[in-house]
Amino acid sequence: MIGISNIIFLIVAALGIGLFVWQIRKIRKNIQMGRDLTLEDNPSERINKTLLVAFGQQKMFKRMLPAVLHLFVYVGFLVINIEVLEIMIDGIFGTHRILGIMGPFYDALMAINEILGALVIIACVMFLWRRNVTKVPRLATGVEMRAWPKMDANVILVTEIVLMLALFAFNISDLKLAQLKGEELAGAFPISSMFVDAFSSDAGTLATIASTGWWIHIIGILAFMNYLPSSKHFHIIMAFPNVYFSKLAPKGKFTTNPAITHEIKAMLDPSYQPPAPEVDAEGNPIIQRFGAKDVEDLTWKQLMDSYTCTECGRCTSVCPANITGKLLSPRKIVMDTRDRMEEKGEHPAIFDPAQYGKDAGTERVKADTEERTLLRGYITPEELWACTTCNACVESCPVNIDQLSTIMDLRRYLVLEESAAPASLNAMFTNIENNGAPWAFPASDRFNWADELYLPSKN
Amino acid sequence: MAEMAANGQEPEVLFWVGCAGSFDDRYKRVTRAFVQILEHVGVKYAVLGTEESCTGEPAKRAGNEFLFQMQAITNIEVLNAYNIKKIVTACPHCFNTIKNEYPDLGGNYEVIHHSTFLQQLINEGKVKIKGGGEFKGKRITYHDSCYLGRANDIYEAPRDVLAALDADLVEMKRSRANGLCCGAGGAQMFKEPEPGRKDINVERTEEALATLGGGNGVIATACPFCMVMMNDGVKNKEQEDNVKVFDIAELIAQAEGLTK
Repeated sequence: MIGISNIIFLIVAALGIGLFVWQIRKIRKNIQMGRDLTLEDNPSERINKTLLVAFGQQKMFKRMLPAVLHLFVYVGFLVINIEVLEIMIDGIFGTHRILGIMGPFYDALMAINEILGALVIIACVMFLWRRNVTKVPRLATGVEMRAWPKMDANVILVTEIVLMLALFAFNISDLKLAQLKGEELAGAFPISSMFVDAFSSDAGTLATIASTGWWIHIIGILAFMNYLPSSKHFHIIMAFPNVYFSKLAPKGKFTTNPAITHEIKAMLDPSYQPPAPEVDAEGNPIIQRFGAKDVEDLTWKQLMDSYTCTECGRCTSVCPANITGKLLSPRKIVMDTRDRMEEKGEHPAIFDPAQYGKDAGTERVKADTEERTLLRGYITPEELWACTTCNACVESCPVNIDQLSTIMDLRRYLVLEESAAPASLNAMFTNIENNGAPWAFPASDRFNWADELYLPSKN
Repeated sequence: MAEMAANGQEPEVLFWVGCAGSFDDRYKRVTRAFVQILEHVGVKYAVLGTEESCTGEPAKRAGNEFLFQMQAITNIEVLNAYNIKKIVTACPHCFNTIKNEYPDLGGNYEVIHHSTFLQQLINEGKVKIKGGGEFKGKRITYHDSCYLGRANDIYEAPRDVLAALDADLVEMKRSRANGLCCGAGGAQMFKEPEPGRKDINVERTEEALATLGGGNGVIATACPFCMVMMNDGVKNKEQEDNVKVFDIAELIAQAEGLTK
């Protein structure tokens, strides 16, 4: 029967979903600030990668314990969402456990849900433990782990526990109500049935608990969904497109700027005709910076990377520069890109995490320099010059973020637009220009290694 | 190469020596060791000699895309003029750049790193180390080069080459895809490290020394930059009398009795 509560439910659900769509549109707009890039080659390889790395969590399993715990939460999220579908239908049409018509299949589904729900709670408690008690270094330390990112992680974990507890409260009281009425409740509940006796036998109280649990679970889910865009937890959505669009070429292949190629070819051959520059909507040629100074100089994929980051710190924990105490932290590069993008573009969130960071906890390393661009305003040249381009960060990322490409584009801006390379690197450039080697040896000595070689053919 | 071309000949393979292989005193020994292997197995090879120039790799990693492309385009003109089809090099940085970055600029060649080349020679039975040679039973740990390993997924070739030595191969905790950089990539070779607690090569050498477990041992490398960094690290730890750093080509050449 459809009553007042169904109408309230419909309004709440519509509001929640509408607000989420509104936020997603803002995020889309932010990502579109980035430079154009076509990544549509090899769809089958991309789908394979998405299945393995995103759906299959392949790269998570480089570290066993967090991988298994994360798997509980991930599978729990996927499967329990089937029950959310039921909740939605029940909520709209005033039915009760509508999917119960599936019979034994529903029994199995509910039983699996209950077990997963319990595993989710265990995993989240252990995650909270790792973050706040044992303080696993990659989760608890680092300049970029300011007050907000730490708080964000805890909010997510506590919310997940509350959602699961609400679901259990609903199941247990529902089960008990059915028991009191002498009815058979559709579904099997291996966990809830253990707690049935602990609940009151008053039908009124039970009904209240059941409906409160039900409402907390569904409102909680809608609220959580709207929290995602402000949170690192957004990775649950972004991981999939981000892996799909990730680099297929060998990691050692860095991008080549065709604008520079045209310039050089024109220099070497005066008859060379470079193609006409691209024009914008009004017909003015688009003049792009060499390298990246700010977020709009990065590609949309690099911006998407920053929305995908879940701040797990695996990249930073394997970075040779970071391990040996240099300022560089690949995670910070990605988090800074996101913060700057939201400062420059639109803030998708209903509430502004940057504001939280300002009032509580450590300040950003270089918060208020005059140049509020990604380069210098957020990321210092010292960080960029510490990178050995070893690809350890890229290799370690479970969602295929390419931290290195952003570092390289920022470096290119420093060198190509500002000539701001360290002096010793400028000396290396001069050597290559003058004698075709990074060291100052005359090019004519290049074959001298053979002089000391006593070879039969040289007899 | 110019000589060969003048005689109307084409090599099976062009050996790209690289700047370190040409100018760095330590790495010149690797160049010679590799050439001795090439001569030994009778591969028809050529080198560009003074016509070779830096691939532009360090400039590119340092952000100087302009200088990189200048070098690349000039080198490609030389290589294409000689109609080069196959290139072998002992430097993972040259290897990665020519293989992955030259095609966009018009340079398409079959490029292989000397570790893969040596692996093929061993598999084909052209290099047979009888009884394992002088490294039989010796403790050797292989340090992965980033530009060979993560950058191009070549992990097994250098290990297969070392396996031919019948030595006691031990793996560092951080190896293969988890290998720790020597600290020289990304043009770090040509600058002082940024301020920090420790130098990366010292961190890596400590790991290698711990893996070798004291006493005599060999750190095997397959990259000129790694070699410099590991050598410096061993000196920093004052272990140069016990632990030697060798390129895989040197180990093969020595075991085959091609060098002293």
